[in-house]
Amino acid sequence: MSREAPPGLGSPDPMSTEEPRQETMIINMGPQHPSTHGVLRLLLELDGETLVSCEPIIGYLHTGIEKNCEYRSWMQAIAFVTRADYLAPFHNELAYCLAVERLLGIEAPPRAQVLRVLFSELNRISSHLVWLATGGLELGAVSVMLYGFREREMVLDIFEMATGLRMNHAYIRIGGVVMDLPPGATEKIADLLGVLPGRIKEYEDLLAKNPIWIERNAGVGVLAAADAIALGVTGPMLRASGIAKDVRRDEPYCGYETYEFDVITREAADCYARFEIRLEEMRQSLRIVEQCLDRLEEPGPVMVEDPKVRWPAQLEVGPDGIGNSPAYVKHIMEESMEALIHHFKMVTEGVKVPEGEVYQVVESPRGELGMYVVSDGEHRPYRVKIRDPSFVNLQAVPTMANGGLIADAIAVIASVDPVMGGVDR
Amino acid sequence: MIPAELADRLRGEHPDVVLARGELTVLVGRDELLDLLAELRDADDLSFDLLSSVTATDWPGREPRYWVSYELYSVTHVHRVRVKVGLPEDDPRLPSATSLFPTADWHERETYDFYGIVFDGHPDLRRILLPDGWEGHPLRKTEELGGVNTRFKGAFIPPVDRRTS
Amino acid sequence: MPVERLEGFHTGKTPEETEEEVKRGLLLTTLDKAASWARKQSMWPATFGLACCAIEMMSTGAGDYDLSRWGMELFRGSPRQADLMIVAGRVSQKMAPVLRTIYDQMPEPKWVISMGVCASAGGMFTNYAIVQGVDQIVPVDVYVPGCPPKPEMLMFGILTLQKKVREKGRFR
Repeated sequence: MSREAPPGLGSPDPMSTEEPRQETMIINMGPQHPSTHGVLRLLLELDGETLVSCEPIIGYLHTGIEKNCEYRSWMQAIAFVTRADYLAPFHNELAYCLAVERLLGIEAPPRAQVLRVLFSELNRISSHLVWLATGGLELGAVSVMLYGFREREMVLDIFEMATGLRMNHAYIRIGGVVMDLPPGATEKIADLLGVLPGRIKEYEDLLAKNPIWIERNAGVGVLAAADAIALGVTGPMLRASGIAKDVRRDEPYCGYETYEFDVITREAADCYARFEIRLEEMRQSLRIVEQCLDRLEEPGPVMVEDPKVRWPAQLEVGPDGIGNSPAYVKHIMEESMEALIHHFKMVTEGVKVPEGEVYQVVESPRGELGMYVVSDGEHRPYRVKIRDPSFVNLQAVPTMANGGLIADAIAVIASVDPVMGGVDR
Repeated sequence: MIPAELADRLRGEHPDVVLARGELTVLVGRDELLDLLAELRDADDLSFDLLSSVTATDWPGREPRYWVSYELYSVTHVHRVRVKVGLPEDDPRLPSATSLFPTADWHERETYDFYGIVFDGHPDLRRILLPDGWEGHPLRKTEELGGVNTRFKGAFIPPVDRRTS
Repeated sequence: MPVERLEGFHTGKTPEETEEEVKRGLLLTTLDKAASWARKQSMWPATFGLACCAIEMMSTGAGDYDLSRWGMELFRGSPRQADLMIVAGRVSQKMAPVLRTIYDQMPEPKWVISMGVCASAGGMFTNYAIVQGVDQIVPVDVYVPGCPPKPEMLMFGILTLQKKVREKGRFR
């Protein structure tokens, strides 16, 4: 780890043309810090308490996910891809599976699409709750941390009931979702729908008119719309600058064009506007979840029928997570040899995807999540590139934080809501 | 504009246009890259102002070896296009797009880090995700996956390209 | 060393016997046990959350699975004030020297819990970028497997560490 200032520190801000000042102090806000939202390192140049320039240094969580995907089958790569942006695992899986389904030329059955939308929106709620909890903690509002995680536990209970895991589920698979909802899940989700609106109102009452919260967030980290587009920023940050770009509305997937929801924008382009947008987005997600629950009344298949693509097993949630159901194990071990051979081939080798490349976008809680998948006709991916929204949004931090105080830099990073797993992959 | 209309609009000056799976890809040589990107950004009916991603793919044994792809999106017209440039193995250099799209800064640093493709004109081209003194460019197909599998007693560790778990 | 026998405090031993015990170091052993008990009751973790396991660690510290039952809700930002490091998440090659620096900055006695399979053994990422097991860098006391481990699993790991501290005394 180098301790000198790296070259180019004078002007890391891509929009500025000033010369570096000579009487400033260079301070490292290191990868291990309670307020930098994960392992993000900031190299700050300070003039007293004012920030002259700030350079984010990333790479402390680089995991080699993209290289590792090239050595696994198409279905196994889901387990890798889901751990990139670990607070929105369903969105990673969804982008990847949609890309592979486009390469294969298949489409998931309608009930699977409804389930995908349902879990994506629940994931959006849980991700925004973590943003609220950690953002509040970093700015000093410690009780918001406890409230945010309390609500998140309720959402994670639903995830655990349906997929067997609280985080990093490999639930969305190529051709559909891995299994249907267990009995009792829809009631639990309906209970959540009854409780959450009141809780979100509680957060609003606690924070929205709070003078300290307004003082720390209003007018801080302003990002003009033209700057935002030039820097490639997407998601709530772009919508806070007044531009109504939402992939669910502009390039719909999984039937989003049939759901009713609003795209929330604000004009102020500061941290307070992003706070308002994310709270409101939680409410819109609840609206979509309610519509999903209505559509789940009709039963149907959740995985595509083609035997060359579908995951062969019937799974169910057991005592230690998802596993093959005992009835299916009995079928392949005792009853049918072809089923055993087919199961073996599909699990070890998997599906063969025709040649081609596809760029699939999805609206993750942080912005436009893109998955660029290249196939060369084999049973393994040739290249999986994850276009993570936080990777691009972090580039905008110098533009927003330069000229402010250090404490404002914390507020700016909290409003960007980066997840370092996605940034570094 | 839908991809078919975009294809007709662009095919006049840039004949190498591929329309597949609902996506439009324009293939250019590295000398025409910046002109094409400027035209895509500035023309009124195109106005591709958001550069989503810059990445590369490695095809060892084929010519050209590296294909760098730029994903462009238009906020005003809501359409997408991909621009691809092929680079030979012995000279992986390319002009940088940071003068047109400031967001290309970190994307190009990542592509350099993973593949060793040098972007001329980039303000600060150095490694971004890997440690500063790392040798090699790990996402090239000729580089190994690395890592040592935890050795349990009596377990058989298959070679890297045949691992299924 | 003269020992004062308090009024009304019955140990069943004469002052001479107590002095004998002190000379043999048994009273100091009791002090040792008291110190270990106090240490295990009030360990302060240093924040070292890296990836997905960090979120589960935060969930363990939050309201539903409360870590402050064992005196640990205060995650110290500075390693100089901490005595437990919970390595939660995948350790990349770039982060490894930072991990060792933070570990060295902690004062003795200190303990390390390696949370999750990525910290314990490299996890699913057997590649160039991840340190295959954080015990290549720092000595680990308790390994907690899982991807990520549920809060109850982490709590069991912490209780195991407390048992270890209590039984083995001050120094490792």
